[in-house]
Amino acid sequence: MKPKKILNANELSTILHRLSYQLIEDHNDFYNTVLIGIQPRGPIFANRLRQLLINDDKKNIINLGFLDITFFRDDFRRSEKTLKASTTSIDFSIEGKTVILIDDVLFTGRSIRAALDAIQSYGRPKAVQLLTLIDRRFSRELPIQPDYCGIQVDSRLNEKVKVTWNENDEEDSVYLIKNK
Amino acid sequence: MSSLSVNHLLGIKYLNLNDLKLIFKTSDHFKEVINRKIKKVPSLRDVTIANLFFENSTRTKISFELAQKRLSADIVSFSSSGSSVSKGETLIDTVNNILSMKVDMVIIRHPSPGASVFLSKNVESCIINAGDGTHEHPTQALLDAYSLSEKIGDLNGRKILIVGDILHSRVALSNIFTYQKLGAKVTVCGPKSLIPKHIESLGVAVETNFVKALNQCDAVNMLRIQNERISENYFPSTREYVQQFGLNKDILDSLDKEIIIMHPGPINRGVEITSEVADSDQAIILDQVENGVAIRMAVMYLLASKLY
Repeated sequence: MKPKKILNANELSTILHRLSYQLIEDHNDFYNTVLIGIQPRGPIFANRLRQLLINDDKKNIINLGFLDITFFRDDFRRSEKTLKASTTSIDFSIEGKTVILIDDVLFTGRSIRAALDAIQSYGRPKAVQLLTLIDRRFSRELPIQPDYCGIQVDSRLNEKVKVTWNENDEEDSVYLIKNK
Repeated sequence: MSSLSVNHLLGIKYLNLNDLKLIFKTSDHFKEVINRKIKKVPSLRDVTIANLFFENSTRTKISFELAQKRLSADIVSFSSSGSSVSKGETLIDTVNNILSMKVDMVIIRHPSPGASVFLSKNVESCIINAGDGTHEHPTQALLDAYSLSEKIGDLNGRKILIVGDILHSRVALSNIFTYQKLGAKVTVCGPKSLIPKHIESLGVAVETNFVKALNQCDAVNMLRIQNERISENYFPSTREYVQQFGLNKDILDSLDKEIIIMHPGPINRGVEITSEVADSDQAIILDQVENGVAIRMAVMYLLASKLY
């Protein structure tokens, strides 16, 4: 089946703006808030949000880090594939800060569980929140819900939600793909 | 290139270039992990590893144990002194007894060359060679190459000199295989009596003039004389060895360029290398030790992902 486009570039842009305003409402000047993009697909999305906050709303100092969760995943040795790590770069302290974890798609919640574990290696945050572009509700395997959400998507288990970005030489859009 | 081509790490001989690159890439990530405030990740929390050291070791043993702890593995360590080996138990029996206690991975150091290969053929477990006699010491060679490329970048086309007791050194052989697979040119240097016959057939150059050899290389690995493996006289005296093959500040200053100095440890200060040189900025000896933990974490992580 042909992939079905759920969001085009315009719709995606509207959502990104809305999310950035929601963040400003709650986090004001971001003095005590840091953004953490979850590897491998969170960083581009997190970067976009940060750019919006800087360009449109003149927030100057917004700490953005990237967190790799590979070594904290719970499916190591449970699939044929070796889990491959990405880069972690958090060059600021998260101690006492509000951490906003950012990922493109929230599905089973297992990546977020791993991220909650992984982030503790960097200190004790005051609070951790979750922001995702897509929430595939009804697919959760753990009690994890987003604090900020782009859109909710109802999908079957054999379907896949794919977010593509300009940064990867594809147009900004979201697809629903049916696996055979 | 997301998994290793082998199920054991018995020697560099059995690895290909992709394996080396994968190990180095994975080590980058673990190096970041061990520089965190909290240095532990839970990847291997359901893996049990036995460290079997039938020969003395400080660095390698501590490095492996730390790497295992950082990966959250359960570990048991064994050294041959005080064990039932002295009661006449064979290697296969010893290992099988340990394996029957549900151990997933075995790290072995043994004085006999080929001990790890022998074990991999006779027991059902993942084997990592931590040094087998005069044969190979793969994790040392991996961390050497990793540390060197951190300093000077891609090793392709670089010239690397190995000096000292090439005949009895397992580091030398693993070094040669590793550097060659990475595209570097290897020269060995030392007393003729300590250079194996026909070593040229491995594609390495032999140079007996120490200063000349140093002038032609980008990095030098200074090996220790393996006195514990030497029963006869290979050179007249330690004093004469130092005069001909000891690296000191004067020689280093007389060279045309700055070279990187490596040493796998333990150092015999004042023999193969003077304190001044070992502690100089050109030496990366302690970087090698730090990287050893990351390399061993990477090797165990990648091999453990093949355990079911």
